[in-house]
Amino acid sequence: MSAPAETQQRRTDETPAMTALRSKDLLGIAELTTGEIALILDTAEAMKEVGERPIKKVPALRGKTVVNLFFEPSTRTRTSFEIAEKRLSADTLNIAVATSSVVKGETLADTALNLEAMRPDMIVLRHSSSGACHLLSRICRSAIINAGDGMHEHPTQALLDAFTIREHKKRLAGLKVAIIGDLLHSRVLRSNIHLLTKMGSDVWVCGPPTLIPADIGRFGVRATSAVDEAVTDADVIMLLRIQLERMEGAYFPSLREYFNVFGMTEARLRRAKPDVMIMHPGPMNRGVEIASEVADGPYSVILEQVANGVAVRMAVLYLLAGGAEHEAAA
Amino acid sequence: MPVVMDADRIGRTLTRIAHEIVERNRGVEDLALVGVRTRGVPLARRIAKSLREITGHEVPTGALDITLYRDDLMRQSVGPQPLVRRTEIPFSIDDKKILLVDDVLYTGRTTRAALDALIDYGRPRGIQLIVLVDRGHRELPIKADYVGKNLPTSLEESVQVYLQESDGRDEVVLQQPQGGAV
Repeated sequence: MSAPAETQQRRTDETPAMTALRSKDLLGIAELTTGEIALILDTAEAMKEVGERPIKKVPALRGKTVVNLFFEPSTRTRTSFEIAEKRLSADTLNIAVATSSVVKGETLADTALNLEAMRPDMIVLRHSSSGACHLLSRICRSAIINAGDGMHEHPTQALLDAFTIREHKKRLAGLKVAIIGDLLHSRVLRSNIHLLTKMGSDVWVCGPPTLIPADIGRFGVRATSAVDEAVTDADVIMLLRIQLERMEGAYFPSLREYFNVFGMTEARLRRAKPDVMIMHPGPMNRGVEIASEVADGPYSVILEQVANGVAVRMAVLYLLAGGAEHEAAA
Repeated sequence: MPVVMDADRIGRTLTRIAHEIVERNRGVEDLALVGVRTRGVPLARRIAKSLREITGHEVPTGALDITLYRDDLMRQSVGPQPLVRRTEIPFSIDDKKILLVDDVLYTGRTTRAALDALIDYGRPRGIQLIVLVDRGHRELPIKADYVGKNLPTSLEESVQVYLQESDGRDEVVLQQPQGGAV
């Protein structure tokens, strides 16, 4: 075909470091290179503009079918993916666990293979087991996008966090990022640690000693239970939700006590840089990990994070819809 | 590699096109320029500058990325996706006369994509097409309103436009097949 030649020829002299993702799936940030992360964030900038138009829809993924397979309750992430898919003109299908045959005893692998028989192009999976996406990736030809698996990873959340930080600070390298909250059960934390350390941020994590994983040191972050130390001179403060539904044991005496020691208040915030950003992946427990005046205050970018989530997910869907680079040669 | 337009020629051509725009539209009222990324954008800015010098009026200028509208997206089952860049049209195109600017008109497929993309931003009163080089070989019923240079080519040749803003020099080059194109 002659048309692509015209356009490709035009692009040759400005080819970026990376023009494609190497894998057919997005399973986690751990698997991504810095070039791939930059490609997703750059593409998301273009996608963000699509959401600002009067007609918020482009024909890029026409004829592609995306299945949103959610085994855990989710409003924000599922809605965000669905809007992203629709803005790219993909056909979307939502399967929530309560209405599926999983309640009749079907295994994850069987559910996936049955869906696969109907030839979707991509499956967006949220599951309570760590590694569920890796399992599907091995047995499915469709592209698998991890929308949160157990306590493992939530890559699109980390990407949208990075996108939001980059929008404000114009960089990720050299920033002090303090992540405070339930470090033990958080897949958002794991994805963010991978992403921010790869991109050269100075990452501090902070929480009650009972909620700090024993092996946190090997991820290249600094761990502390002294919240003031974590907050001092921080460029970014990221609060993590106290995940009451995952708390089988007693990790701290009470929610009130947690708020008194770790809750982000205006007083605590004064130790941070004057242009600090306050982030939260949601859903928030007001008065537990974050005070209302901080969540709604001038430093909060929490609603921007939600808005940027759509752009970042559009970028991931678009980049994966082309397939993996190594398959093109095969 | 024959140079078919040098810097002087490109400069004079863009000035001539600016005069044609003013003549045809009886001024610059309700006009807006939209350059197709990548090289249509600096060309649009230069035409806006000429129009300002001729008429004293500022014509709003934007940049359009057509990647998400390409008709060859997803045609192959696997392969790297073309890079998407940001569209920046900082004005309403409703009821404006849009001057769409591209460097080379060839198959017409880029222009088709650009027309679809533009319409998603509103309902312009009209769209006129400006190209620096028309090299022929149309595959769609598309015609330019303002042409810098008609350049007869064979399918094997390729036309490269270099601009100061992106390439450090102003030049249009016709590359022969043995010139290492493709």
